[in-house]
Amino acid sequence: MAKEMTCVSCPLGCLLTVVFEDGKALSVTGNSCKRGIAYAETEMTNPTRMLTTTVKVRGGVLPVLPVKSDKPVPKSRMFECMRVINAVVLDAPVHIGDVVIKDILGTGIDVIATNDMTSV
Amino acid sequence: MVVIGGGPAGLAAALRARDCGVKRIVVLERADTLGGILEQCIHTGFGLHYFGEELSGPEYAHRFIELLQKTDITVMTDTMVIGIDKNRVVTAVSPEHGLMKIEAKAVVLAMGCRERPRGALAIAGSRPAGIMTAGTAQKYVNLDGYMPGKKVVILGSGDIGLIMARRMTLEGAEVKMVCELMPFSGGLTRNIVQCLDDFNIPLRLSCTVIKTHGRERLEGVTVANVNERFEVVPGTEEFVECDTLLLSVGLIPENELTKELGIALDSVTGGPIVDEMRQTEFEGVFACGNVLQVHDLVDYVTLEAQLAGEGAANYILGNNQAEKVYVRPECGLGVRYLVPQKINIKNHRDVKLYFRVNAIYKNARVVLEVDGTVISNKRKVKLAPGEMEDVLLKAEVLAAMREDSRVLVRVDV
Amino acid sequence: MDMSYDVAVIGAGVVGALVARELTKLNIRVALLEKRNDVAMGATKANSAIVHGGFDAKPGTLKAKLNVEGTALMPLVCNELNVPFGNNGSLVLGFDEEDMETLRSLLARAAENNVPGVRIIDREELLEMEPNIAKEAVGALVSATAGIVCPYELTIAAVENAVENGLSFIRNCEVQGIDFADSEFVLHTTLGDIRSQFVVNAAGAYAGDIARMIGDESVRIQPRLGEYYLLDRAVGLTVTHTVFQCPGKMGKGILVSPTVDGNLLIGPTALDMEEFDNVATTAEGLEKVKILATKSVPSVSAKNAITSFAGLRAHPLNDDFIIDYSPVNRRFIHAAGIESPGLSASPAIAKYVRSLLLGIAGDLQSRNDFDPVRRKPVRFRALNDKQREELIAQNRAYGRIVCRCEMITEGEIVDAIHAPAGARDVDGVKRRTRAGMGRCQGGFCGSKVVEILARELNVPLNEITKFGGGSDILYDKTK
Repeated sequence: MAKEMTCVSCPLGCLLTVVFEDGKALSVTGNSCKRGIAYAETEMTNPTRMLTTTVKVRGGVLPVLPVKSDKPVPKSRMFECMRVINAVVLDAPVHIGDVVIKDILGTGIDVIATNDMTSV
Repeated sequence: MVVIGGGPAGLAAALRARDCGVKRIVVLERADTLGGILEQCIHTGFGLHYFGEELSGPEYAHRFIELLQKTDITVMTDTMVIGIDKNRVVTAVSPEHGLMKIEAKAVVLAMGCRERPRGALAIAGSRPAGIMTAGTAQKYVNLDGYMPGKKVVILGSGDIGLIMARRMTLEGAEVKMVCELMPFSGGLTRNIVQCLDDFNIPLRLSCTVIKTHGRERLEGVTVANVNERFEVVPGTEEFVECDTLLLSVGLIPENELTKELGIALDSVTGGPIVDEMRQTEFEGVFACGNVLQVHDLVDYVTLEAQLAGEGAANYILGNNQAEKVYVRPECGLGVRYLVPQKINIKNHRDVKLYFRVNAIYKNARVVLEVDGTVISNKRKVKLAPGEMEDVLLKAEVLAAMREDSRVLVRVDV
Repeated sequence: MDMSYDVAVIGAGVVGALVARELTKLNIRVALLEKRNDVAMGATKANSAIVHGGFDAKPGTLKAKLNVEGTALMPLVCNELNVPFGNNGSLVLGFDEEDMETLRSLLARAAENNVPGVRIIDREELLEMEPNIAKEAVGALVSATAGIVCPYELTIAAVENAVENGLSFIRNCEVQGIDFADSEFVLHTTLGDIRSQFVVNAAGAYAGDIARMIGDESVRIQPRLGEYYLLDRAVGLTVTHTVFQCPGKMGKGILVSPTVDGNLLIGPTALDMEEFDNVATTAEGLEKVKILATKSVPSVSAKNAITSFAGLRAHPLNDDFIIDYSPVNRRFIHAAGIESPGLSASPAIAKYVRSLLLGIAGDLQSRNDFDPVRRKPVRFRALNDKQREELIAQNRAYGRIVCRCEMITEGEIVDAIHAPAGARDVDGVKRRTRAGMGRCQGGFCGSKVVEILARELNVPLNEITKFGGGSDILYDKTK
């Protein structure tokens, strides 16, 4: 069986053709780099996505701080992750790269700050 | 050197000019912080080309801000430029410094772009609250921490609209659909996949919003399909209940200052006409970033701004200011515009020509011709109007060109 | 709040505002009640912004009398209130002999109505005057006294000036019922009962509803929708005069006119409506505006529109202004059915209502401390660099430009909020300062204006509305 998918690893958005059997990729074509192969393989088994959102901050120049997952999270657990992230309140100052939540939902993935937040 | 705008373009231009030896540089930024629109673009996807990493908007900006802070480049935030005169005297105001007149040897225009508003669309119906551009909604959600709506329809499938479809969904809103007037999306394919498909948000092509409903807050919109001439197909009208309509219907380069100088604009890009160093037709005035052409990726903004910074530096320092002989590359079949619009063949360096195509092409070829000879012929699996393309004009090819040489870029289907 | 007044004026449109200001010149307590969150929220907000010469109205009508008087007063009132008035003159175009016949009858009417400065010109003179006019025009009627004024700016200034002179302006105050006992009206409003000796009904489209509250069925209003396009200032002024086509049964037809802010306005359509508060534009109406406007000025293109809008005119079924004592109770004065030329007539309507009030209330004394001058608001854009420098030195907020398209500073926005009867919502800031009125239509400054309003009014961001009521902009915090 074959399936077409767009690789979202980078903005190039290569159109991949994946030949698969029993949900496992046998061959991938259309990719421009090796990330395309990896993408197709994960997409067939356990699709993942980068998660970006904000976290509430106390005493900062802005009320929310942007954060991201440091690795892609399983697509199926996005909203679960959002609930955890939305329950967190940080105190300013926060620095870019600071770990905001360690090992979210036991996935081994950290949520990190993607901007500085100075105090008022 | 005065750099107008402290977004990705302004930052990169200032840094490159400093590296090239310009001593006195000032960056004027209207917001409180540097980084421009990247500060509210908290999604990732920035920097893959330039840094080989996938960064969020603020992270991408931060890399340049950090570099800038290590230099003695002057930064004035909360500062708005309100005029430039023919002697390149820049007038700016800020609460802190009042009204300033800055004499510049060179000016880099890096003001970015703005979103096309509702008025330009003339959608019939009421004028309630709840109708705003996708970028405004992005600011409310990502910087102010407020939800501008709960049931959302998005008109226009530009990248900001797609990104906001996902963002609003993640924060608990119901995004009912994205309507796109054209038969194809203006956004990046990856954004359609990971912002719409992932959340089962329908993308309706050849479809538009024809009416808004609701007196105080938006209560719904009427959507309808359109034909090839963009006329509403009778019988396809459908009422969609929603409290928010986000508009992502195009970006317009912010060239009010440019026009003040009488600088010629390209009617397709909406930005000034520039040469390969991004110098406008007004000597000593350069332009880069979204003020010049609306980019799909910030990485290309950075590269373009570095050219402008280098060009401005050369101008200030009197380098490479010898004879200038320009050729004007031409848009062939399928090519909407080319930047730069003119190339100095005496400036012996590789020149990348950036362009966008006018429709979706599959398995097409991008052909570069000089005086009827094919210089390059590159196969492309897919070309789409939402994505910027480029072809390389090598220095040695340029060196062999004459004043009346013809450069042509076209799509071969 | 002392909820007892000598006169309560219902409705803060241009008529209610100028009436209230006129009455504030008397030694009495006056209240201006407005059901919306701001002044000028009805027909005043969305009309042609024209001061007519006065040749169109049927001789002998109140419309004719008050138009001519009002047009003469308008430059003086605008001067006192520091509101821009443009005496640009108007043209009615004739395209064939039948039209020219109409123009000649209008000329005769002008003489009967005592309108100065009206004459007919031929094609040659017309094209010299307005080179961009359709070449098909064969002649025109010129009216020299005609002009342009921004109706909501006039209203805002009038209320501001009146409040400084002691008027009580009460917003979000909807009159829901009226009782009369012991020679006093009790107005039952959404803010509680308000007592008043006299009432002026200037409720625009709702004047009939208000009249019925005292059992008066004489005020019969037909809401009539007009749709417009406003073009980008960058287009420039293709015409300098206000250009009409020959009038028809439904009004004065489609016009092309400059505004005092340098935009071009085209419209309106005329569509009778069933509802009083539906100001939605229609695709058909806007299409009609586009097509008909090009008949007068071919180069006008809706492609350059920065916005389109619709307004409701309060068309009186008897075809004339209803400005008189109520037949039910003479202490209740109507200033109703004010359609075109209502804006032109408004300064004269104010004086006329004052004379009606004196006629029933007896000899009310004029105040000698009334200050007719409204201080000119700061307009950063209009200043030279030296003035700008001084201004920022005085107050740093004038050094922060919030609206780029129109060059509006934070200082001006703060002024608009804290002015007497000041702005409470985003549209109110927009009408007072022009912030958000430019080509980006608030794309950049909209959220900034919300922030400034929230800060100055000391409320959370999500309490700021677009135009009061349920026009919320933001819901809850994301987290």
